[in-house]
Amino acid sequence: MKHVVTNFLKATAITSILATGAVAQETPKMGGTLVTVMGSTPRVLNPAVQSGIVTGLVGAQLFAAPLRYDEGWNPQPYLAKSWEVSDDGLKVTLHLQENATFHDGEPIKSSDVAFSVKIIQEFHPFKSMFSPVTSVDTPDEHTAVLNLAHPHPALMLAMSGQLMSIIPEHIYGDGQDPKNHPRNNENVVGSGPFKLVEFVPGEHVIMERYDGFWEQGLPYLDKIVARIIPDSAARAIALENGEIHLSTFENQPTIVNRMSAAKGMNVSNDGYGGIGPIDWLAMNVTRGPLQDVRVRQAIAYAIDKNFILKAVMRGTAKDALTGVHPDSPLYNGDVNAYALDVDKANALLDEAGYGMNGGKRFDITLELVPFPGYKPQTEYIKQALSKVGINVTINATPDFPSWAKKMGTMDFDMSLDSVYNWGDPVIGVNRTYMSSNIAKGVWSNTQGYSNARVDELLAQAAEENDQAKRKALYAEFQQIVNEEVPIYYLNAVPMHTFYSDKIGNPPITGIWSTSSPMDRVWLKD
Amino acid sequence: MDFLSGVATRIFYAIILLLAVLVLNFTLIHLAPGDVVDTIAQSMGGADAEVLAKIRAEYGLDQPFIYQLSTYIGRVLSFDLGFSFYYNMPVTELILQRIPATLLLVITAQLLAMFVGVILGVISARRPNGVLSNFVTFFALFGYSAPVFWTGILLLITFSLNIQWFPVAGMRDVTVEGGAWVHFVDVLRHLVLPVISLASIFLALYSRLARATMLETLGSDYVRTAKAKGLPDHQVVYKHALKNALSPVITLAGLQFSAVVSGAVLVETVFSWPGLGTLAFQSILARDTPTILGILFFSALVVIVGNLVTDFVLRMVDPRMRAR
Repeated sequence: MKHVVTNFLKATAITSILATGAVAQETPKMGGTLVTVMGSTPRVLNPAVQSGIVTGLVGAQLFAAPLRYDEGWNPQPYLAKSWEVSDDGLKVTLHLQENATFHDGEPIKSSDVAFSVKIIQEFHPFKSMFSPVTSVDTPDEHTAVLNLAHPHPALMLAMSGQLMSIIPEHIYGDGQDPKNHPRNNENVVGSGPFKLVEFVPGEHVIMERYDGFWEQGLPYLDKIVARIIPDSAARAIALENGEIHLSTFENQPTIVNRMSAAKGMNVSNDGYGGIGPIDWLAMNVTRGPLQDVRVRQAIAYAIDKNFILKAVMRGTAKDALTGVHPDSPLYNGDVNAYALDVDKANALLDEAGYGMNGGKRFDITLELVPFPGYKPQTEYIKQALSKVGINVTINATPDFPSWAKKMGTMDFDMSLDSVYNWGDPVIGVNRTYMSSNIAKGVWSNTQGYSNARVDELLAQAAEENDQAKRKALYAEFQQIVNEEVPIYYLNAVPMHTFYSDKIGNPPITGIWSTSSPMDRVWLKD
Repeated sequence: MDFLSGVATRIFYAIILLLAVLVLNFTLIHLAPGDVVDTIAQSMGGADAEVLAKIRAEYGLDQPFIYQLSTYIGRVLSFDLGFSFYYNMPVTELILQRIPATLLLVITAQLLAMFVGVILGVISARRPNGVLSNFVTFFALFGYSAPVFWTGILLLITFSLNIQWFPVAGMRDVTVEGGAWVHFVDVLRHLVLPVISLASIFLALYSRLARATMLETLGSDYVRTAKAKGLPDHQVVYKHALKNALSPVITLAGLQFSAVVSGAVLVETVFSWPGLGTLAFQSILARDTPTILGILFFSALVVIVGNLVTDFVLRMVDPRMRAR
């Protein structure tokens, strides 16, 4: 499988991205200050040692990755102007932009790529991204060859967005701990289209155009100000009165609906496929009635998905039927949707031996996950299950660490949860289902789910470079999990981008939202 | 000499108390389920188990409790508040960064509440059963009982969205360009709504207290004497009565210094005010022990200094205090 992209193709790729945008007729304009917003202060601005969406928003502007993705999930050239995968799938060669420089003017070399891979392997929270990479060869300054222990298709997505930020060896290779390096938050020398001006925790991050960016004429914006406003109501008002132009990762249905009605404001659910957020009901399959697959299926049949999507989520969220995000090309929507069927639920519970006794079959607890906005879904599930005789007690948890502790040690019956795919299933999906990852902290396999065939499928798919075969493996995996219901999928979290009419080419194309460069975003007069 | 030894004893007790508070809080935070590494995992969208274990080991969170506690107290005794796990920076630096914003907000709100509260109190004390007095009582109680986040959001909707007079969030607009004066005005504009929201709680306390003490003072003998002497009404009220009625108000103001952290949390959250209140709140949620204890340490200092200042002001205002 050879994949070479020439400069010509790159040019057409850019044109096609612009042409598919809503503003096809308008010519982008240089200049202007974009004001965007984050819900919390990033711990660290260097995405090589920290993941998460707030670090991503800033990190993806300051640092460049080898690839970027279009909305059709096709890799596009970025810091790597072209790349090849060897026929046996064991070598991935990156050809870097020749005129690319770090913000201090030093050239970006293949040795920096090798260095970045090493740092990410050691310090990034997602080990699965680069664990098969055994070494990185640097035959010349602009060529980096990643040698793999086995074929690793997830590498492509892991080289995009915020996941593989190229950091300068001459700054971070000075022997200090990269995780707590003083240059992670101050005097950052990045490789991306914008450079850091100021980071004031709790207030804002200011970035300005890097004039030495390799792509001539980009970025369009002079400055990006990312303000930090934790309160979603305050963010909404600031958007409405024009103080802020752009807000991403907004997922509260009431606010989404309010913004849809606001004048001069646009709302979009596009561009979050790579992030891949899914809300689900996690069931601990290792204790109580939930050990019986029929009980879990009954719970799925007793919940009215339609009510959740239309009434609770107010029509803002897409349905999700499996652990792979519906926007992903690997999604298999051809599975049992568990349409509301109270009779079937009752029959399954009878069959499992939990007979109705005075209107009640058994007691069970449901954790209230301490994320904003998850109470209505939790309360609805309690009410829906009471109709089939399952008596649910909701346990309120005061804060995230308390809840994380319960989940991580599997000290729960059921809980709502919200988990992200992070691009390839190998990165963000496997962790929830592999029997080798049971009870390894929050967002591991906290359900205690174990199925030898699932383990086998996921292991095979992780090393299958043939996209069609890979898709089939994941399809079977999704089928099995859907039948065994260790998790009942509620919806694809209604992540939304709010952007004002003034913004040209908003970050809704692609799959990483603002965890990808905003070099092509521009401001109208 | 007596005075000096008295001060020394007080400082000694204050230090013991502070240490006891730190130990108690360290223990309480330790007893809460989950730790800062969970929150760090949250900020990263999850992390592999080995990464989590590595971070725990690095911060010494895998050590026995007694060891963690004694290391911390030892560090505090050498005036080192430690390193914030969550924010990745020295706690002292973190707090010093946030403290000016909170002091600006809280002190402005306190002064405003005190000033307006006393005026309203005096006005209503002069005609205790008049329409104006009832109105003041109603207004003050309304401000006191309405949740501050509700008042805040309401003010935001009215004065930031419907009538766009004031900005929504933060302490300054970084896109504003100009000299010191422009920035001063900018901060002032950002300050208005949070100050009004925060002052609305304190206003009730001050106006009620001022009204009650004024009523009492106005009924006392020397006021009657002053009136009998034929002094003009406003002179009796403002020069003789008010001065005496102020002592309890100032004492109350001194007590309110603890609000530097507690009272401002909600207002700071609603208005995204980059102060100590939000930092404290987020640190508790994040189980960031060094930061929480650091803030506690600083607020204890603020309370102690606040009490000293109150003593001093009382002595200035009330000659009777000087005799003591």
